[in-house]
Amino acid sequence: MKSKFWFMIVALLVAASMLLTACQPAAPAVEPAAEEPVAEEPAAEEPAAEEPVAEEPAAEEPAEKSAVEIFSWWTAGGEAEGLNGMFKIYGEMYPDVEIINATVAGGAGTNAKAVLATRLAGGDPPDSFQVHAGLEVEKYSPADYLEPIDDMFDASVFPADLLTMLEYEGHYWSMPVNIHRSNVLWYNKTVFEEQGLEVPMTKEEFFTVAEALQGAGIIPVAMGTKDGWEAGHVFEGMLAATMGAEGYRGLWDGTVSWEDPRVTEALEYFLATMEYVNDDNAALTWDGAGEYFIENKAAMMIMGDWTAGWFASKAYSDYGWSATPGSNGIFVGLSDSFALPKGAPNEANAKAWLEVCGSKEGQEAFNPAKGSICARTDCDNEAFKVVPETYEYLTSAAEAWSTESIVPSVMHGAAAYESWTTEFKDAIALFASTGDVAGTQMTLQALCVDAGVCQ
Amino acid sequence: MSANVKRPRRPITFGRVTTYLLLIIAAAFFLIPVYMLLITGFKSYQEVSLSRMWLPPENFSLESFSKAWFGSKSEGFRGLSGNFFNSIWLTVPASLLSAFIGSVNGYVFSKWKFKGSNVLFAMMLFGMFIPYQSILIPLVRVLQWITQFTGPLQKGIAAWNLGGGLAWFPPWLSQFIPAYGTIGGLILVHVIYGLPIATLVFKNYYSSIPTDLVEAGMIDGAGIIGIYRHILFPISIPGFVVVLIWQFTSIWNDFLFGVIITSNPTVQPVTVALNNLAGSYIVEWNVQMAGALLAALPTLLIYILLSRYFVRGLMAGSLKG
Amino acid sequence: MRNIKKDKILAILLISPTLLAMLVFIYGFIGFTGYASLSNWKTLKLDFTFVGLENYVRLFKNPRFIIDLKNTLTFTVFFLVSTILIGFLLAVLLEQKVKGESVFRNIFLFPMAISFVVTGVIWRWLLAPGTTETGPLGVNFLFSKLGLEFLQSGWYTDPSIGIRAVVIAAAWQMAGYIMALYLAGMRAIPEEMKEAARVDGATEFDIYRYIIIPLLQPITLSAVIILGHISLKIFDLVVAMTGPGVGFSTDVPALFMFDTTFRGNRFAQGSAIAMVLLLMVAVLVVPYLILTNKEEVVR
Repeated sequence: MKSKFWFMIVALLVAASMLLTACQPAAPAVEPAAEEPVAEEPAAEEPAAEEPVAEEPAAEEPAEKSAVEIFSWWTAGGEAEGLNGMFKIYGEMYPDVEIINATVAGGAGTNAKAVLATRLAGGDPPDSFQVHAGLEVEKYSPADYLEPIDDMFDASVFPADLLTMLEYEGHYWSMPVNIHRSNVLWYNKTVFEEQGLEVPMTKEEFFTVAEALQGAGIIPVAMGTKDGWEAGHVFEGMLAATMGAEGYRGLWDGTVSWEDPRVTEALEYFLATMEYVNDDNAALTWDGAGEYFIENKAAMMIMGDWTAGWFASKAYSDYGWSATPGSNGIFVGLSDSFALPKGAPNEANAKAWLEVCGSKEGQEAFNPAKGSICARTDCDNEAFKVVPETYEYLTSAAEAWSTESIVPSVMHGAAAYESWTTEFKDAIALFASTGDVAGTQMTLQALCVDAGVCQ
Repeated sequence: MSANVKRPRRPITFGRVTTYLLLIIAAAFFLIPVYMLLITGFKSYQEVSLSRMWLPPENFSLESFSKAWFGSKSEGFRGLSGNFFNSIWLTVPASLLSAFIGSVNGYVFSKWKFKGSNVLFAMMLFGMFIPYQSILIPLVRVLQWITQFTGPLQKGIAAWNLGGGLAWFPPWLSQFIPAYGTIGGLILVHVIYGLPIATLVFKNYYSSIPTDLVEAGMIDGAGIIGIYRHILFPISIPGFVVVLIWQFTSIWNDFLFGVIITSNPTVQPVTVALNNLAGSYIVEWNVQMAGALLAALPTLLIYILLSRYFVRGLMAGSLKG
Repeated sequence: MRNIKKDKILAILLISPTLLAMLVFIYGFIGFTGYASLSNWKTLKLDFTFVGLENYVRLFKNPRFIIDLKNTLTFTVFFLVSTILIGFLLAVLLEQKVKGESVFRNIFLFPMAISFVVTGVIWRWLLAPGTTETGPLGVNFLFSKLGLEFLQSGWYTDPSIGIRAVVIAAAWQMAGYIMALYLAGMRAIPEEMKEAARVDGATEFDIYRYIIIPLLQPITLSAVIILGHISLKIFDLVVAMTGPGVGFSTDVPALFMFDTTFRGNRFAQGSAIAMVLLLMVAVLVVPYLILTNKEEVVR
């Protein structure tokens, strides 16, 4: 009977799977030190080493087999490669430590943050976890859940502006690994040439260029707003443009009111730009919109500099870059960093990890693959030649990092508490569809008051 | 009617034609997204673009599938292979257990009503509407409390030294002990949250079975358990099919509990690994789709296996006498 | 001789593990959430300082939440109606003794095997409208090729359609299962009943109207409960497919709850959203259940 046949197949499959899992070879990786174990039953391949440990459940972890659990949302593409690069360095320095790469994907860490919050609140922290450098750290109640790492910082290699960004309640809580720039204007060289246009440096030039492009039937600015944060991202560059570096910083520390006319100007700048954006922006992620750019159907894109890495993965190099028009000379920066939770199961190993993160070798291994620049100012440009496609952009960004005025990005966790950032994101997303400048400005001021920063 | 009557050949009526036509249109609607899924899985990352979404790949390449399954050492992500069997160890026991318990519950609620049983049933159904995200923290707390007792049990079992070829067995077995961070803990959670729907489906199913059957059993001297064992369980297959399909799917595809309760990547189910094929800013859609197809295969297999039980006349014989 | 009392006790014993689990894992947690919604919990550390209904007031003043509630209502109605209708129709079609029934059945059931996240992405591409400069994409493109331009639309980018576009994806995913439910139910109806009616002169249509559909009522109730519970909790599909949408036109409470709880750290507000959802369910579902309970007792 046919059904008997199927049952046999299933039974065979189940039996085969049980055999397979039993016979799993130990970690098939080439670099065992940097690789997390692939086996489903961690003890199966090393019964000799594990069982004596298990037999004395009260005993300490033996010195030979300790672990370090690194929690991040760097799961694929260049970022995972970069992370692996750092794991390798760590593995070479501490060959006896097992690295557990606990990752949870989900754009900009939304899923990871849920898991992290649950674990920290539940008293089961990882040894180290990824957090955006800046005020985002506030959401983890540093006084209660994190260990300060003030003594790990060599102030001579980190720019002063970055250190200011990192400081919260008088301490440093996380070690920055990289820097991304948010206010980058990417332009399509072919389209600009064909249309005989110059790269816009000011807001006025930007709109002239956009008009010309629209007249020629080309999408002036490619944008994807599906995930909700992109609008805020584009807006923060414009805010920097109209407020200037000092004014922008003042908005986030309460010294400048959100009712300032320059904020109005920024809101109007944003609104006017939306006229020149592809109508289907709500259907696309930023890289979906970027495809119009690559196909020469759109001329400009305002997006963070992970775009360079994305262009490389699409084998596209016909682009140039500048800053969000009007914000030239201002580097709106964001940084990924690692923090040290209180009660980390393997605190010594975790601290060692943070040192690797902050070291020259570590950052030189990580950043070229990730497509970002070192947080340290002493990284060697040569190291970036491993990824030739992004070499030009990254070296120019590193130059900008050490010379321009650095201000913190809000959409990526640096400038404000995450509760404020989330509501800011919603306000701008709503603004994009309502176009209500006055109302939105009032909301922005109210949000600042709510966050306890403005009066 | 004698069983020897030959079934007449069906005439090609307007009704038949419309039926087939409607079915074909429906099939097309259902298959178009699957087509999209398939061709994207066979493309290279550069070919994946919205403007080319309908076009089949220029070169059919299995690269995305192998990347999705084996992961990529150089690009630093785990593939699905490591977590695939975790999902099997999770989903099979959890589905079977919740279906069985649901069936017993459904039996009691439909055939052995007592005062207040309807209220209890309604409360069970109502309770399942709570959004799971809001209960994650208390859930973890409760699991940790349970782990106080089951944790040592788990370590104890894992420490059994069976020697030689059976050395893998105790650790494998120990993962099924319910505790925070084990497959057993996940099974516990999924069984509990799967019970309301399983109970609902079985209650309905058993309600449609006439009480004469139960009464006949009672006259023959069977008690509550005997009636279940000898009368209702044997004819419960359609109910089990429906519940197993649901439970297998929802447990296999669950992400939230899998990522919260089991934090060690080697223990997590395949949905977490699938999710991790995406990068934080960039998603390689070809790999993601290929991975999604691979992850959906077991569920599809279950459907094919179980749907042959939608046979007719399962009930036909049981009404006589 | 059967012992009724013993059996009744056994009955309660049999369901008691389930009841205990419900008590702790469902009602205990509902209680926790309810209490949290009345608290000031805004940090990782549990903070149960009582603030009364403040979170609820704040919630109802938030424009995003009001839009979310409207969206949920719209979504639930359209989703339930369309999925149940399509599922039922497919079951009826497959009941007609068609050749290749198992192939069709598996085709219709397959979408449920795919996770909501992937469904969301695929349908996002399918319903991506394209732009005036670059031409239509997705189904709009298909329609233009087939000469069906009048069917083109902005789909979920059009705020007036908004979440109803998401219904298409959700119905695609779930209709097969509802079909399976109805099919199982239809096949449990004894052929003799239908034969007797035919002998009495009833048409196929009458048989459906007066015998089959009424007998399938418990299944319809199950379908409403299962689909309703999905629709209230819908999260993955919306995140993957549309995100919050233009002016929050495709936003749903579960999304808002996730955002506010795990990004905004406002656990109390997240709990309040959960309680409001539960209350909505209570208002809709409980009277219905009481009604059907009464009917059963009468029968």
